[in-house]
Amino acid sequence: MKHILKILVNNHPGVMSHVSGLFTRRSYNIDSIAVGMTQDPEISNMVIVVKGDDSVVEQVKRQLLKLPDVIEVEDLAYHDCISRELVLVVVKVEDSNRTEIISICEVFQAKIADLTKTTMTIEFSGNTRQVEHFMEMMQKYGIQEIARTGQIALKYRST
Amino acid sequence: MPKTEAKISGARLMVELLEEYGVDIVFGYPGGAILPFYDELYKSTKIKHILVRHEQGAIHMAEGYARSTGKLGVCIATSGPGATNLVTGLTDAKLDSVPILAITGQVATNAIGTDAFQEADIYGITIPITKYNALIKSADDIARHFQEATLVALGGRPGPVLLDFPKDVQTELTSVRKVDKLKIDSRHYQKPPIGGDLDSFAAALNKAKRPLLYVGGGAINANASKEIREMAEKGNIPVTTTLMGIGAFPGTHQLSVGMLGMHGTAYANKAVLECDYILNLGARFDDRVAKPGEFAENAVRAHIDIDTAEFNKRVSVDYLLHGDLKEVLKALIPKVNKVDRPEWVGFLDTLKKNHPLEFDDTTDTIKPQGFLQKLYEKSKGKAIVSTDVGQHQMWAAQYYLFEEANRWLTSGGLGTMGYGLPAAIGAKFGNPNKTVICVSGDGSIQMNIQELATIAMYKKGVKILIFNNNFLGMVRQWQELFYEERFSESEWNYNPDFVKLGEAYSIKGLRISNKSEIDKALEFFLEDDDARILEVMIPAEEKVFPMIPAGKSQKDMIEFSDTVRAGKK
Repeated sequence: MKHILKILVNNHPGVMSHVSGLFTRRSYNIDSIAVGMTQDPEISNMVIVVKGDDSVVEQVKRQLLKLPDVIEVEDLAYHDCISRELVLVVVKVEDSNRTEIISICEVFQAKIADLTKTTMTIEFSGNTRQVEHFMEMMQKYGIQEIARTGQIALKYRST
Repeated sequence: MPKTEAKISGARLMVELLEEYGVDIVFGYPGGAILPFYDELYKSTKIKHILVRHEQGAIHMAEGYARSTGKLGVCIATSGPGATNLVTGLTDAKLDSVPILAITGQVATNAIGTDAFQEADIYGITIPITKYNALIKSADDIARHFQEATLVALGGRPGPVLLDFPKDVQTELTSVRKVDKLKIDSRHYQKPPIGGDLDSFAAALNKAKRPLLYVGGGAINANASKEIREMAEKGNIPVTTTLMGIGAFPGTHQLSVGMLGMHGTAYANKAVLECDYILNLGARFDDRVAKPGEFAENAVRAHIDIDTAEFNKRVSVDYLLHGDLKEVLKALIPKVNKVDRPEWVGFLDTLKKNHPLEFDDTTDTIKPQGFLQKLYEKSKGKAIVSTDVGQHQMWAAQYYLFEEANRWLTSGGLGTMGYGLPAAIGAKFGNPNKTVICVSGDGSIQMNIQELATIAMYKKGVKILIFNNNFLGMVRQWQELFYEERFSESEWNYNPDFVKLGEAYSIKGLRISNKSEIDKALEFFLEDDDARILEVMIPAEEKVFPMIPAGKSQKDMIEFSDTVRAGKK
């Protein structure tokens, strides 16, 4: 099962190595990792997606909390959360299928970021499932290059 | 906070902070990148520096000092090779939860990352093997890093920390001597509140008919011996300890069943199989003790630990309590019923009688087990004993009994050969009035034998016992039992003359090989407070029993008597 760990850490050099190194040496598999600053410049937010059963992820959380630079760990998989990842994908285009691709992009609300005679670079963001789905649709045109950010996530707020 | 704006150098500040913290002894080795610090150390009247012969010696000395005194152990090394020589000791301290502060020199900040002379990314290298580490980029940051590092080293589950200290930061001036706000959360250094339900925990224990306490090194770090004894005696609960827990409960106590695990006593391992409730006190279900899925499978399992990451890590438990062991036990003991358990305690007494630690003592050769029994008697069980790693370590764990904590120094988690001699030296510096004995083997002793010079230089009366079988004994034992006696690279034909080697350092020595020589040799060994080397020749085929083969469980234990029955001795 996939877990989305939101990890608040002190924002200074080396923290990323501490966190990712913990995953490496304990043999925990990272699906994706995304890091960014929070509203407090001293604190960064890492979102790490890991696969594993509940006991493994519980162990991951406890090991993370032993790192002095880790402030808080939360498993968002147990909450209603909004998650996104951004993907840039380059597909091959021909005159015959250009409009077809453009209309698929419209359906997905994907942006066309760059266009050449033979390629189209498309920007798409959504949750992992939507991204997978979109990539599937693009597959048949021939994907030349991909850049994905990894997931970021936040809990839904209740008022 | 000092009112003065006066600026001092980073190196001066580090020395002053060490002094303020009460550090009076450090173990180290100078070199280019740490020279400004050494220059300030030279001026200090409060800190004694012990010059070692290899940085690995320095950190193991700091470990021996820390473990025998309960204080922070401090070691110093220069950049690059000096720093990397600390790596084994840091890993050792991490696995055995020893509070160590390692201070390393680093090349100047503008040279970092350029592959400068004697540069190594020791910060990066030691991330996985320290509890906390930092590369100090400005002298203004020293105070905060120092406070954080020392608090983390000693707080919660203790461990090693490393501060990497570039040369220009050592000479840079600063007026920041103390910081009020630390960046790390207080959970890393304050005692946690008790977590878990004490009542249901106690109720499960009170329901047990055949309970067993399984005590680990955490009990020693928490200084919980008194409480463990109180609880054991109140509930008449037998106690077994891990290799790291030796001394946390008196080895001579009627309720003691000795050590459990791979080379634990037969009665301890059988107690694990027979108990209906096992309470882990500050141990970690280590793989030399517990096989997941098979460990105490018929028992209710309970665990008290300060480190929540140890809960359900290898063995799942039914009840757990989080917190400082001493505090938790204080809260738990009033809820534990006073019970006599004549059947259960009697059953274990019979086991002790029928399955004792045993060896064949009918020959004239010296058997290490018998020798250690004699050593125990002659030293009245009062010595601090350090060991290296191998057969001698297990024999010492089995045959030398300890009444008190902090007297047994061994590399439990990492199994570091070369630990024993420097650890003994560190312990002697911390306990000048106690007898300190290093029990080693002909293989292990050669891993840090250069520290004989440190003994000689400071005239430290460390007693060095070397069991010599001209083999890597434990490797040989495994090869004999599991590799059809193919003794691949375990035989040593080129041992030095250890007695003569000692003489080269002005350390008196003696070699014996016959049982009749033991008494005299021990007299020579222990007669005064001078250093001694005693080389005891033992048969190569002598083995450590009982033994649970690696990866097997208590059910698969091989006892000495089994091998006799099989016609092997």
